[in-house]
Amino acid sequence: MPQRGVIAILCDVVNYETVIGLEVHSQLLTKSKMYCACSADYASALPNTHVCPVCMGMPGVLPTINQRAIEFTLMTALALNCSIPEHAKFDRKNYPYPDLMKGYQISQYDAPVGVKGYLVIDVEGKKKKIGITRLHLEEDVAKLVHRNTPEGETYSLVDINRAGMPLMEIVSEPDMSSPEEARLYLVKLRAILQYLGVSTGNMEEGSFRCDANISIRPVGTTEYLSKVEVKNMNSFRAVYRALEYEAQRQRDALASGERIVQETRGWVDDKGVTVSQRSKEYAHDYRYFPEPDLPPMAFSREMVQKIEAELPDLPEKIYDDLIAEYNLPPYDAEVLTQSKHYVAYFTTSIGLKSSMSTSDRQKRAKTISNWLLGEFTRLLNAKNVKIEEAKDKVTPENLSGLIDLVDKGTLSGPLSKTVFEEMFNSGKPAGIIVEEKGLVQISDTSEISNISDKVIAENEKAVTDYRAGKEQSLTFIIGQVMKASKGKANPAVVRQIILDKLGGK
Amino acid sequence: MKLSKDEVKHMALLARLGLSEDDIEKFQHQLSDILENFEILNQVDTANLPPTAQSISLENVFRPDEPYPSLPVNEVLANAPDEEDNSFKIKAVLE
Repeated sequence: MPQRGVIAILCDVVNYETVIGLEVHSQLLTKSKMYCACSADYASALPNTHVCPVCMGMPGVLPTINQRAIEFTLMTALALNCSIPEHAKFDRKNYPYPDLMKGYQISQYDAPVGVKGYLVIDVEGKKKKIGITRLHLEEDVAKLVHRNTPEGETYSLVDINRAGMPLMEIVSEPDMSSPEEARLYLVKLRAILQYLGVSTGNMEEGSFRCDANISIRPVGTTEYLSKVEVKNMNSFRAVYRALEYEAQRQRDALASGERIVQETRGWVDDKGVTVSQRSKEYAHDYRYFPEPDLPPMAFSREMVQKIEAELPDLPEKIYDDLIAEYNLPPYDAEVLTQSKHYVAYFTTSIGLKSSMSTSDRQKRAKTISNWLLGEFTRLLNAKNVKIEEAKDKVTPENLSGLIDLVDKGTLSGPLSKTVFEEMFNSGKPAGIIVEEKGLVQISDTSEISNISDKVIAENEKAVTDYRAGKEQSLTFIIGQVMKASKGKANPAVVRQIILDKLGGK
Repeated sequence: MKLSKDEVKHMALLARLGLSEDDIEKFQHQLSDILENFEILNQVDTANLPPTAQSISLENVFRPDEPYPSLPVNEVLANAPDEEDNSFKIKAVLE
């Protein structure tokens, strides 16, 4: 049988699995650049105002190593369970491009800061280890802006502010087998960087970037087929969509008898496709050699142990603590720990109730978590605000006050969401809003009784249906009473009164 | 001859240098001479020496993470072929 026929038949029968490895570049939160002392705080600066002869790549200048960047990288390596080699050094990676000022990037080739680590992701309740191949330090490049004039002139502008920013590269093993696992890996990695305080992890602003290697292979085999590198993914969603697209494209290619070409493809977000980028093929002759201007580094075991001992609590531990101390469901604990800021908000909020009994505190913890993961997150997303900013309006004290009002029966559950949104917009405490808007819950039985009589009189059909055994009609009638009271009636009292009036139990 | 003409052309491409046929021949000789001189160093027996990337024994020389004022923009742009909006204006770079 001709070989092509065999492949075609295999394609019909064989199931393929997806193999994904990720390469993340994360800017570090240092005050100065990696190899010179220009300020790293360039985000809102005018072009070329954070520039010196070193990051411009002028001849004869000497780089120096930013100590904090090394410490941040060691911290990250340890948090990712890497081994720290005794020796590390910098190397020059040579390639010509207008955003690379020196014509080479000072990076690390064969002696990185960390090797052979892992992080753990939670895939549908099951823990999965994703290997970390290596972690090293390098420098960011200048920013190019492309312009076209109405007269048809096209040109580029170079802003060197970003050149020389410390950039940490984290390379994973090809251990992820779905776009969802890749997303979970990125979410976990970003959370770790944020907990460590070494990076903002902001993908949209470009301080946290991701390239992916993706291939497919028949289930059960271990060889690697042609892998494709995917670039230009600027959000977690983009990574997920690009990998989803690419996994399917490769399956379709094999199914129709095509070969998968080993290449780099760029994600085009608005079209939802990847396209081949073959222009830089010839450039992969980097001629690495040791950086002669930077002395090598030796990491003593004492130094490594000291940094390890000083690591802050990481998501894994906080997850365990949230469950052990507050009895939160694993889902709540998992989602809360994805963001350092959510955990901080939660911890401050529950900290206000340290005098509560254990069972009351656990109940309160779940209520806070419900608010954070529910209404709070909904509003943050809808208004595109970060919790770090919103927490100045809905302070933990204000949320606590709102929950107290509901617990005391002053405010009904349904109205509490209205009050919360008002708190979110105005920054006022719940008590003030409830007073200003006259939202105090009605628990007075005679008032609710009057409203109920009216509703029963106006909804004869529902009443008859309920008496005929249709339970949903009861919910409908209670809803009508709530509506008539503008949401202020105490739902529990309403329910009891309606049941009494309709002769229920 | 240590270097082929193709190797010289490859290096010229990497360095973004346009070389004439005469240049290529000239540099083929000159660069080969340099390599042949380094061959002499290769005769030293280094079997008992650890490999090193540095000739001095400095290690762990770090700079504290404190920002230092950068250059004024007019100095940064002093050698710019052309400028616009505080930036170097260059020929269009296609992605």
